Amino acid sequence: MDNIRSFALPILIGILMIGVLILAGCETVEGTGKEEGAAPVEDQGISPAEMEAMDAQARAAGDRPGQFRSTAPQGPDAQTGEPGQRRVIYFEYDSDEVKAEYRPVIEAQAAYLASHPQTIITLEGHADERGTREYNLALGERRALAVRRQLTLLGGSEGQARTVSFGEERPATDGHDEQTYDQNRRVEIVY
Amino acid sequence: MTRFDRHGPHRLWLLALLVLCWVPEARAVLTIKITKGVEGALPIAVVPFGGDTSPALPVDMARVIATDLESSGRFKPMARADMPGRPVEPAAVGFADWRRLGMENLVIGRIGPGTEAEYEIQFWLLDVYKGSQTVAYRVPADTDQLRLVAHQIADLIFQELTGTRGAFATRIAYVAVSRAVAGKKVYKLEVADADGENPRTLLSSPQPLMSPAWSPDGRRLAYVSFEGFGSAIYLQEMHSGGREALAAEPGINSAPAFSPDGTRLALTLSKDGNPEVYVMDLGTRALRRLTHDPGIDTEPAWSPDGNRIAFTSDRGGGPQVYEISASGGAPRRLTHEGDYNARPCYSADGRLLALVHGDGRGYHIATLDVAAERLNVLTKTRLDESPSFAPNGGMIIYATVGAGGTELAAISVDGRIRQQLAAGGGEVREPAWGPFRD
Repeated sequence: MDNIRSFALPILIGILMIGVLILAGCETVEGTGKEEGAAPVEDQGISPAEMEAMDAQARAAGDRPGQFRSTAPQGPDAQTGEPGQRRVIYFEYDSDEVKAEYRPVIEAQAAYLASHPQTIITLEGHADERGTREYNLALGERRALAVRRQLTLLGGSEGQARTVSFGEERPATDGHDEQTYDQNRRVEIVY
Repeated sequence: MTRFDRHGPHRLWLLALLVLCWVPEARAVLTIKITKGVEGALPIAVVPFGGDTSPALPVDMARVIATDLESSGRFKPMARADMPGRPVEPAAVGFADWRRLGMENLVIGRIGPGTEAEYEIQFWLLDVYKGSQTVAYRVPADTDQLRLVAHQIADLIFQELTGTRGAFATRIAYVAVSRAVAGKKVYKLEVADADGENPRTLLSSPQPLMSPAWSPDGRRLAYVSFEGFGSAIYLQEMHSGGREALAAEPGINSAPAFSPDGTRLALTLSKDGNPEVYVMDLGTRALRRLTHDPGIDTEPAWSPDGNRIAFTSDRGGGPQVYEISASGGAPRRLTHEGDYNARPCYSADGRLLALVHGDGRGYHIATLDVAAERLNVLTKTRLDESPSFAPNGGMIIYATVGAGGTELAAISVDGRIRQQLAAGGGEVREPAWGPFRD
């Protein structure tokens, strides 16, 4: 499913091209609690429009996690490699295809692993809440494996990247809208 | 006049022991709200049970019975203020008074000190128009059993008047998620009565819990916990709380499902490279691989006869429901309508599969008539999942997203009755309806 062949770009070029959105400190996004204490509904549930409105209201109220920010390239690349950083690769709905925009990120990680053969990273695969939980657990694993395949092809040994799936069980952010889903379909690279 | 419990008093005593072993712990109770009922529900009057009990009973048994019957959508219990009398035995019933109010069925009861247990409960279901007894029972019960006995009485009344066995005296397992200090989530595996009362926490974890599955005898739960590195399947005795890891292979360990005879467990493992369905012999722990496909195969569900296993596979492109012989072989695709059909669950008679159906706009609970391969979408809400049949096949409990987050709801198989079970604070999800308790 992954376009592996076209991925073989020179590593140094890849490092220079890093400019994508990178997440830091994913633990801090838990605990919005925005939906607690709401009145129970008595009808057939809530419509998508109402749900969007609720989410918009929550955002306006400022209790949406604001920790997502674009950061300068940092962490484990060939120059500054520091353990403890997190990098995140985002996916399309029901897809494990690593998008082209993330190739530089993965190339940098691969280069770091190649030059640090003792380092072991964890690739955590996640899914958004849509669809069934067990299927999403499988989907999260598939995403983590897709990232590992590319890392391995670029010089990291397979033993340096262990994979784990959390499915939809550990969302980066809570909510029921597209924006939330975009942030939750991801693989986190954890050093 | 009075018959003894025709299922035998011993069953109740066994239940009594089980009940006593629960550690009572105050929890947020699920409250049921009927959001969609049926026209022409059967009128019934459940008169407050009387008798010489001092101090007063901690459980209003008639209230529990009436609430059960009403929650089914099939009955319309009479308000107490409208009752023309409060008889506690048949001889005291003025049938003409009830007939005048158009009340066809009357439930009365008397509670007194017991010899086999703290209390002895007698109750009668009376046919007002015939002026006769439909059923009459005498049941011993201790204080802790009163609620359970009330549910059993509701089961008997339901069976007598609808021809279908009631499922009020059953339990549900589910995952509850709450927020502790510092916004960290706490995941709890809980079991409650089918009406949401008596919730008990079997396990509390800072890591996600998922996929609770009942053993057919109702004594054990299998589930997935992320307490280690990734997912692992655990088996827990409800009685003792003792637990053990059943599967902690590399990759995912998930989707446990007991075979109907309780000797095997279907599960999903990805140790061979991608998620496949396996069957574990619970005696020897030997694994047998059932599916062979590079796609995702997961969410196995046993047919009631134990011969077939339905599962979700994306071998055809997107997730669809397939069925395979429990001894292996070539799977057969069962769903063809819509681009997302997943997480099947068989009805007790094996005729229907409840599943999650995605139609591009949302994920709904649907049933599939297995023989006719006909899909019937039951819910309209957008994020419905985890359907589980009541053991009598009448209702399907599932998780949906409400204003307070994920909550539980139940819908009748014909889609005409809908209940909402809202937890006070926190989210509840992944309901699994337990077996009959006998």
